[in-house]
Amino acid sequence: MAKQLLKGNVAFAEAAVRFGLQAYFGYPITPQSEALEHLSGRMLREARVFLQAESEVAAINMVYGAACCGVRVMTSTSGPGFSLMAEGLSYIAGSEIPVVVVNMMRGGPGLGNIQPSQADYFFMTKSAGHGDFHPIVLAPASVQEIIDMMGLAFELAEKYRTLVLIAGDGSLGQMMESAELPPMQPLPALRPNWAVTGADGREPNVITSLYLVAEHLEEVNLRLQAKLADIRQHEVRFVEAQTADAELLLVAYGTSGRICTSVMRQARQKGIKVGLLRPQTLWPFPAQRIGELCEQVRGILVVEMSAGQMLEDVDHAAGGRVPIRFHGRMGGMIPMVDDVLADLQALATSLGLAP
Amino acid sequence: MSQAVAVPEDMEQVYAYPRSLTQANSHYCPGCVHGIVHRLVAEVIDELGIREKTIGVAPVGCAVLVYNYINTDFVEAAHGRAPAMATGIKRVSPDKIVFTYQGDGDLAAIGTAEIIHAANRGERITTVFINNAIYGMTGGQMAPTTLEGMITTSTPGGRDHLLAGYPMRMSEILAQTAGAVYVAREAALDLAGIRRTKRAIKRAFLAQIHGLGFASVEVLATCPTNWGLDPWAAMQWAKENLGAFYPLDTFKITDEVKALPV
Repeated sequence: MAKQLLKGNVAFAEAAVRFGLQAYFGYPITPQSEALEHLSGRMLREARVFLQAESEVAAINMVYGAACCGVRVMTSTSGPGFSLMAEGLSYIAGSEIPVVVVNMMRGGPGLGNIQPSQADYFFMTKSAGHGDFHPIVLAPASVQEIIDMMGLAFELAEKYRTLVLIAGDGSLGQMMESAELPPMQPLPALRPNWAVTGADGREPNVITSLYLVAEHLEEVNLRLQAKLADIRQHEVRFVEAQTADAELLLVAYGTSGRICTSVMRQARQKGIKVGLLRPQTLWPFPAQRIGELCEQVRGILVVEMSAGQMLEDVDHAAGGRVPIRFHGRMGGMIPMVDDVLADLQALATSLGLAP
Repeated sequence: MSQAVAVPEDMEQVYAYPRSLTQANSHYCPGCVHGIVHRLVAEVIDELGIREKTIGVAPVGCAVLVYNYINTDFVEAAHGRAPAMATGIKRVSPDKIVFTYQGDGDLAAIGTAEIIHAANRGERITTVFINNAIYGMTGGQMAPTTLEGMITTSTPGGRDHLLAGYPMRMSEILAQTAGAVYVAREAALDLAGIRRTKRAIKRAFLAQIHGLGFASVEVLATCPTNWGLDPWAAMQWAKENLGAFYPLDTFKITDEVKALPV
C-alpha cells in the first residue's frame, strides 16, 4: 500500500476496518468525531455494523453485547465520554471479553476543553472502572503508529480476552501525516466457542461478572490477576533512542514522546548525552527497563501533558536511585521543545553534567 | 430437584417442565411472580421452537439470576443497560432471537434512556418488563413506578409527589416511539391474567421473529416480602391498586403484529 496523507482519527478508524472490525458503536465527541463519521459510511458499505448510540453509556454496553457474540468490536471517545464508559469497562473486564476502546484525551477535569492532554493516564492505566483490573493501554505517537497499534490492540484483546485501550490525545487525532494503511483482512467465518450464539447442540453459554459467593469471586479475581501477571511479563513495549551512552534519560509517551525526540536531538547538539525511553504500553509499564537504565543514567526528566501521572510509575521504577525532574503542561497546552530543553539543561547543570 | 418420570403408555403427559426452563431451585421469595413469568417465557420459547437461537439479557435486580432458570444463552447486563446490550447482540447476530428481562428499577429508572432509544430505533428485540412498584433486591425502596402514598423503605411517610415525583407509566411512554410495533401491559395476578400475559409475551417474540420492530410486555406483579403482605393479599392489593393506576391494555400494535397468528 502506498503512503497517503491521513488524519489520525480517520487513520485509526480505517485501520480498524482493515484489521477486521465487525461492529462499531459510538457517540460524537471532540476531538475524535471524525472516526465515527468515517465509520458511519465505511462500515455500512462493507455490510458491517455501525450505530450511533444515545450516549457513551449505551455505546459501551452495545460494544459489550456485540463483544459477547465474539466479533471484533470497538468504540472511540474522549475524556468526558470515557468517564461515562467506566461502568461498562468494569463489566467487560469482569466478564473477560475482548474489547478495544480508543480515548483521544482532551483537557480536563470536567468539560475542560478540546485541546490535547494526557491527563487520563491514571484513569486508563489504574482505574478504568470499579474493582481490581488493568486494561492493556497502548500509547501511539504518530499516525502510522496508531494504525499499526489498531491491529495489535485486536490481537492482544483476543489473545488474552481482555480490554485494550488506546491512549491517544487530541493532537494525534487531529494531525495529518503521511502513513501507510494495511491491506483488507478477511473476516473470521466462525465465532469463538465461549460466545453467545444460541445453545445449539451444547450447554448454554452465560457471560456474567456476577459471583455472589465470595470464595467464587475471589477465585475469579485470582485468575484475572494471574492473567494480568502474564500480560505484565510478556507484553511490555517501548522505544528506546540513544540510550547506549546516555547520562540523562527523557521518559515521555505519545505526543510528549515525539516532542522529546526533538529535545533529545537539540540537547545532543549541545553536547548533553541524553537518551529517550518512550513507553508504547502504559500498562504494562516498562518499569524493569527504566530500573535497568537507572544503573546507568544520572538523572531522569519526565515530560507529560498532565500534572505528573506517569511520573509516579517512573518514580516507582527508579526507586530513588536517581533524581527525577518533571516537565508538565495542562489544560490543553503542549510542551514546547525550548522549555523542555531548558529543564533538561537545568537537570544536567544540577548534576554537574553541563557541557 | 424433581426427576423426570416415564409416562405409562396408557396415559398422556399433560404437564411438564418446559425444555427452556431449568429445574434449579428458585431463589425467589414465596409468592413472587418472577417464577411464573420465567415459566411463561420458557413455554413461549419452547412453543416457538427458538431455544437454540435465543440469547437472553439479564437485568440487575431480583431477576439478576434469571439465567439460572431460563435455559438459553445469556449475558448479564449492568443495571438498566440490557436494551443497549441487546442492541449490540442483535445487530451482530440478526438471525438470533434476543430478549431482555427487566424490572421497574432497571427499566424505568436507571435504564430509561436505553429502553426508550432501543424502542425508538425499532430494535428487533423483545422486552419483558416486570412492574411490582418497588425495588425488591435492595430491600424495598421506592421505584419510579411506586404509587403515590405507598410506604417503602425510602418513602417512610408514603410517596409524596412534591418530594419524589409521580409514578411513571412506561408502557404508555414506549408506545409513543415510532419504532415500537407492540407494547402491552398485562397482570400475572390470577389464572386468566397469567394466560393473557403468556399470549402477549408470545406475540412480542413473534413480532421479533418476523423482524417487525421493538416489542415489549409489561407485567404487573407483586412483592409480598417488601410490601409486607402475604402472597394472596399481595395479589389482591396489586389488582386493586396497581391495576387502577396501570390499566391493562395494548397500547400499540401495528397491523402486521395484529395479523400474526398467536
